[in-house]
Amino acid sequence: MYVYDEFDRTFLMERVAEFRDQVERRLSGALNEEEFKPLRLMNGVYLQLHAYMLRVCIPYGTLSSRQLRALAAVARKYDRGYGHFTTRQNIQFNWIKLAELPDAMADLAEVGIHGLQTSGNCIRNTTTDPWAGAAADEVADPRLYAEVIRQWSTLHPEFTYLPRKFKIAITAAKHDRAAIRVHDVGLRLHKRDGKTGFEVIVGGGLGRSPFIGKTIRDFLPEEDLLSYLEAILRTYNLGGRRDNIYKARIKIQVHEVGTEEFARRVEAEWAEIRDGALKLDDAALDAIRDRFANPDLEALEDGPAELAAALADPAFARWHANSVAPHKTRGHAIVTLSLKPVGAPPGDATADQMDAIADLADQYAYGEIRVAHEQNLTLPYVRQKDLPALWEKLKAIGVATPNVGLVTDIIACPGLDYCSLANARSIPIAQKLTERFSDDARITDIGRLHVNISGCINACGHHHVGHIGILGVEKKDEEFFQITLGGKGNSKARLGELIGPAVPESEIVDVVERLVETYLDLRTSPAETFIAAVERLGLDPFKERAYASR
Amino acid sequence: MPLVKNGAPAEDPFVAVADDAPLPDGPALISAARLLAEDAALAGRNGPLGVVWPNSRDVAELAPFLPRLDLVALEFPKFRDGRAYSQARLLRERHGFKGELRAVGNVLRDQVLLMLRAGFDAFAFDKDADAAAFGAAASTYSVFYQPTGDGRTTARDARRALAKAGG
Amino acid sequence: MTSPLQRKLKISGPTVVTANRLADGLVVWLTPAGGWTATLSEAAVGATSEEVSRLLDIAHTDENTAVGAYPAPVRLAGDGTPEPANLRERIRVAGPTISLPGAA
Repeated sequence: MYVYDEFDRTFLMERVAEFRDQVERRLSGALNEEEFKPLRLMNGVYLQLHAYMLRVCIPYGTLSSRQLRALAAVARKYDRGYGHFTTRQNIQFNWIKLAELPDAMADLAEVGIHGLQTSGNCIRNTTTDPWAGAAADEVADPRLYAEVIRQWSTLHPEFTYLPRKFKIAITAAKHDRAAIRVHDVGLRLHKRDGKTGFEVIVGGGLGRSPFIGKTIRDFLPEEDLLSYLEAILRTYNLGGRRDNIYKARIKIQVHEVGTEEFARRVEAEWAEIRDGALKLDDAALDAIRDRFANPDLEALEDGPAELAAALADPAFARWHANSVAPHKTRGHAIVTLSLKPVGAPPGDATADQMDAIADLADQYAYGEIRVAHEQNLTLPYVRQKDLPALWEKLKAIGVATPNVGLVTDIIACPGLDYCSLANARSIPIAQKLTERFSDDARITDIGRLHVNISGCINACGHHHVGHIGILGVEKKDEEFFQITLGGKGNSKARLGELIGPAVPESEIVDVVERLVETYLDLRTSPAETFIAAVERLGLDPFKERAYASR
Repeated sequence: MPLVKNGAPAEDPFVAVADDAPLPDGPALISAARLLAEDAALAGRNGPLGVVWPNSRDVAELAPFLPRLDLVALEFPKFRDGRAYSQARLLRERHGFKGELRAVGNVLRDQVLLMLRAGFDAFAFDKDADAAAFGAAASTYSVFYQPTGDGRTTARDARRALAKAGG
Repeated sequence: MTSPLQRKLKISGPTVVTANRLADGLVVWLTPAGGWTATLSEAAVGATSEEVSRLLDIAHTDENTAVGAYPAPVRLAGDGTPEPANLRERIRVAGPTISLPGAA
């Protein structure tokens, strides 16, 4: 992973000092709330229902074991002993005191992490494939470019007060695990005639006006990455709407001026700056590449005897089937740790779990942990022969639920239990669904199925791109849930369609179960996934059954 | 409104002039509308001239007037409205404006360093305390990641120099 | 976004003014004396738009103690004690409805 140098460390310490001064000025009254709020937001500090929440950035989802232990320590020292991993490769602490925040940030800065630009109308944490550097299907390691973008976007003097937040995601694999088509800018790394470059996609996003991003350039040579991003951001900063917070994202600008016209403006701006100081030469890329201390993996035998023996155990085999992915180096594997045990809030981990995972990463995975968009953790470098032993230890700390990619691997926002914007609760719905679908054999039979839950229209649970999407709404102080079907967040991204009227909280679990049963009854064979069946059959058979008993 | 210019407290010699008021002989600050409408009349004037340029207007329109302007004031109606950062960079880096570039409106110390990096050299602050804290605010950071027209050494350049020095 | 202040206040029943304490985010309510309490039963209750507007004005002059003040509906128990009247406010009073990780 990328190791911060003296410049990066100095910058972080200066940032902590700046925020400490701002907090002191706020507490003394020298700054009023209106002045302070954007400043705290830009350091990842929100005010939620019960307390301040600190969102800590995990750049492109990569953590060292030392950093994970530091997160555990912050959870214990300043919070209530746990943290919540988000869909954008961040972690949130829910109970931090404003007066203690500078100290918590100073502790995190010691290990090179921070909450910088995890909120506010600036360029947010650039996210990428949690399997980057390890995935069998990747063209190159996208983290190099994510780091290039991190440095360029860090306290950018021109783009810190944008019309609205700005999220960039990058992938370099065939299978998009970073949801790039629902980001403000999505970058797909690919090669053309031996040269590395990017397909540039703009204007995707969820929230109250969901859009799938549009491609404005098929191939942008890598050396032009930053100048092109600067051209996009400048076009947005000057032309994005500021009259209405709900229309201020770049997706609305792209939609209103049209993709072609937007692309034309970007290209015109880019023509002015493409040969300027932002050009990335090989030396600049190499300097950053050199700071990535990636493990030197030795090619080993695929399917070693230890693994073959363990696969005779059905419980291990079930976990292996959905939690272990192919690696680019022979004899290795990528292991996903499910943070979705039955009956628990999706994406939460206790400080003790974090410490234990850090230890296991040191023992089995070169001390590196990734945070996945699906709110799980990943160990990207595991020897296949270590899988049986690792599994036992993961089970012991409760992160080996064999449900990765299945119906109970639910993405959910914090909802009304924590969030001041929410209309309804998300976590209790997720808990009830995991309890309803708690049988491992049954969920394995159901197969790949993504359920996404958002507690309000801001769509932090990405319900639009869930195969089954659930959106909480409030009617006369009762929680109701709208259901969408057929959404997808991957390279063939599509928004789900509403199947009918919202159902009350007491019925939502039954309705989801009926949707699943409809699929089981109608699928051509177990090889046909839920989403494939929805695409083949359309919504009608599902609608009919979902509302049958009402 | 305390003014800080080139890093030090300064008196403001410019007088803001209403669109229908006669221009004084001394330094005058006029609106964009007046600048565009009275182009010919203004061309014959000798006193220093400044313009307040709205953040919703393309600075390319202002470019032809720049040689005659001593001051361009860019507006921050709210400090959260960051269009003038882009305008400032364009005026300095693309259109080569060398005169005074002044931040006006909701100007606070917490944005000073960004403004300096974008090319501003004068600041009409809301609060006396912020003007007094200018020096500290301007030196909050010593590490900069982006190349802008302010000529500061970026982390990338510093790393390169370090690598060279170390052989 | 429109702050509660800028909206025309429509009060349809007993209402308290609530906010979060600046230093730690704790949920607090405005008291009849113009201070803040972490106990809902000690909150000042307004019944008309005028009364609640007055309470909000007091709250907004004290943004260095508590922030984000807004009117929240309450129900009055038999003895006149205010209780939260919607789910959001019940959660703010009682905490998350789920058991917290690590607490089990």
